[in-house]
Amino acid sequence: MTTIPATVEPVVTGTPPETGQPRRAHSSDQPRRSKLLTVAMFVALLYFLLPLWWLVVASTKSNADLFTSFGLWFSGTNSLWANIQDVFTTQDGVYLLWLRNSLVYAVVSAVGAAFLATMAGYAFAKYRFRGGNLIFSGILGAVMIPMTALTIPTYLLFANAGLTNTPWAVILPSLVSPFGVYLMRVYAADAVDDTLIEAARVDGAGELRIFFTIGLRLLAPGMVTVLLFALVSTWNNYFLPLIMLNSPDLYPLTVGLAQWQALAAGGSGSRALFSTIITGAFISIIPLVLAFLYLQRYWQSGLASGAVKG
Amino acid sequence: MTTADLRLPEKPTALRRGPSRLRRRENTAAWVLIAPFVVVFLLFLVVPIVYSGYLSLFREQLVGGNTFVGLENYTRALTDPSFLSGVARMAVFLVIQVPVMLGLSLVFALLLDAGVLYLQRFIRLGIFIPYAVPSVIAALMWGYLYGGDFGPFAQLAEKLGAPAPQFLSADWMLFSLMNIVSWEFIGYNMIILYAALRSVPRELFDAAAVDGAGTVRTAWSIKIPAIRPAILLTVIFSVIGSFQLFNEPSILRNIAPNVIGIDYTPNLYAYNLAFINRDSNYAAAIAFILGIVIMVVSYTVQLSAQRKERAAR
Repeated sequence: MTTIPATVEPVVTGTPPETGQPRRAHSSDQPRRSKLLTVAMFVALLYFLLPLWWLVVASTKSNADLFTSFGLWFSGTNSLWANIQDVFTTQDGVYLLWLRNSLVYAVVSAVGAAFLATMAGYAFAKYRFRGGNLIFSGILGAVMIPMTALTIPTYLLFANAGLTNTPWAVILPSLVSPFGVYLMRVYAADAVDDTLIEAARVDGAGELRIFFTIGLRLLAPGMVTVLLFALVSTWNNYFLPLIMLNSPDLYPLTVGLAQWQALAAGGSGSRALFSTIITGAFISIIPLVLAFLYLQRYWQSGLASGAVKG
Repeated sequence: MTTADLRLPEKPTALRRGPSRLRRRENTAAWVLIAPFVVVFLLFLVVPIVYSGYLSLFREQLVGGNTFVGLENYTRALTDPSFLSGVARMAVFLVIQVPVMLGLSLVFALLLDAGVLYLQRFIRLGIFIPYAVPSVIAALMWGYLYGGDFGPFAQLAEKLGAPAPQFLSADWMLFSLMNIVSWEFIGYNMIILYAALRSVPRELFDAAAVDGAGTVRTAWSIKIPAIRPAILLTVIFSVIGSFQLFNEPSILRNIAPNVIGIDYTPNLYAYNLAFINRDSNYAAAIAFILGIVIMVVSYTVQLSAQRKERAAR
């Protein structure tokens, strides 16, 4: 990539256009690029990428090869396919169930959370109503609350309601995204023009119809950002499903793999699991890594609006 | 509400105050739109917290069932060496790990923003990618990397004839955990800071350049002050994250059970109290105190930042 940095401008893409502010560009006298600094950065980059490289290499090795060959290079025999087969057949193919569960929990929670946050954010941004600011302050304050401190009492409540060990136990608490509401309020304030709303009113459209036909369309980029973050946080969640779920058939990938790891570490009889766990871990990170690579403009703009406007 | 960063955005851009019929209509619409969120917010956030507070005031006894004990669980927690040592350990973690992590994030963000690197996009993505790895998977992976069985560090040491580094020993464990958390979050924080830097009006930098300020000077006296709110945001999120540490130690516990006890972090302790000891009343009190500690620390961080800002003016 040797284009001038001004073209590498992913940050702005998803955010509403800043009215009256000229698009920022680097001044004509570019600071000189430094080969030395770039080399230093690549050395630093090794720290971030070598562990993942190890994971890729290790998932091509049989259990025996893991112990006998150097970790950062291939062993000569490629066992990747055999490992993948092991991953999907161990314990009657429970891994596939975990993968499906992770997907279902993440998608349902994220879509729900993004939709709720969008409706609320729009209302907070566009309507002045009694109690609105008070409620919004309350929601913001909740950003500070440690989620893990919430999880234990939520478990106890769910246990009383008979909801534990069901998918709902993981999905329902994940629907609450106070930060999402905050982001959507900031986003809606700029993205939805008041004159549009007024015009729709003059045309006789009801408020909800205005939201669903005009608001939602204009808010879509912001909503995708919130959706992506909710997706990641549910996909990565460990504490909540660990507490809520008992039966392995309901586990998401995180809990399932952690259980395999504990099994392999505990009993010497399960040694054969190492290559299976490593390959399973490798497969489990592929979807999110791809999602992040393809949806760059969304997460970058989301982080931007969260940090900049805040 | 404890953050300055998350202060209320400006009042809703005033829709013209029409006749009261419109006001009523708006009121209804607003409530209909926020109702679904408010309902889940109340059910899965407010109610559990209130319930947790309620629970923490009771004690389950074999004889007599649930009895009201007032603040006894709290006084017990404040004299419980397991809980206190966990909090102290997390304080050490925070004081060392957060500055190192955020310092590196800031340096990387400034380098990227200064445009002095080749292959910027690749570097940016490469540093960020660990964020896409779930913390459980990251801990699991690092656990194997650290390990003596087939970890590359031990393999290298063996080749060199040196003793294998004991990453999972009692002396090193806290640092090994710091490393995992840093690996996961340096890129995430870097992106936040980088995005903030990109939104600072360039004219400011150009003016500094005209005045003859070098790249480093500009970074130090213009760029960093300009993104102070974003830096504060990353500090506060990191503080919250540190005190809540659970996933990484609970995964490493599987391979180093003698080093990471059930009380290694406050959250690990609360989890064990609730699900192994079945003492949910005491666990609720621990969780509550932990929440208060987190709020107090983040509030202090914020106040001191504000004071510094005022002093700087």
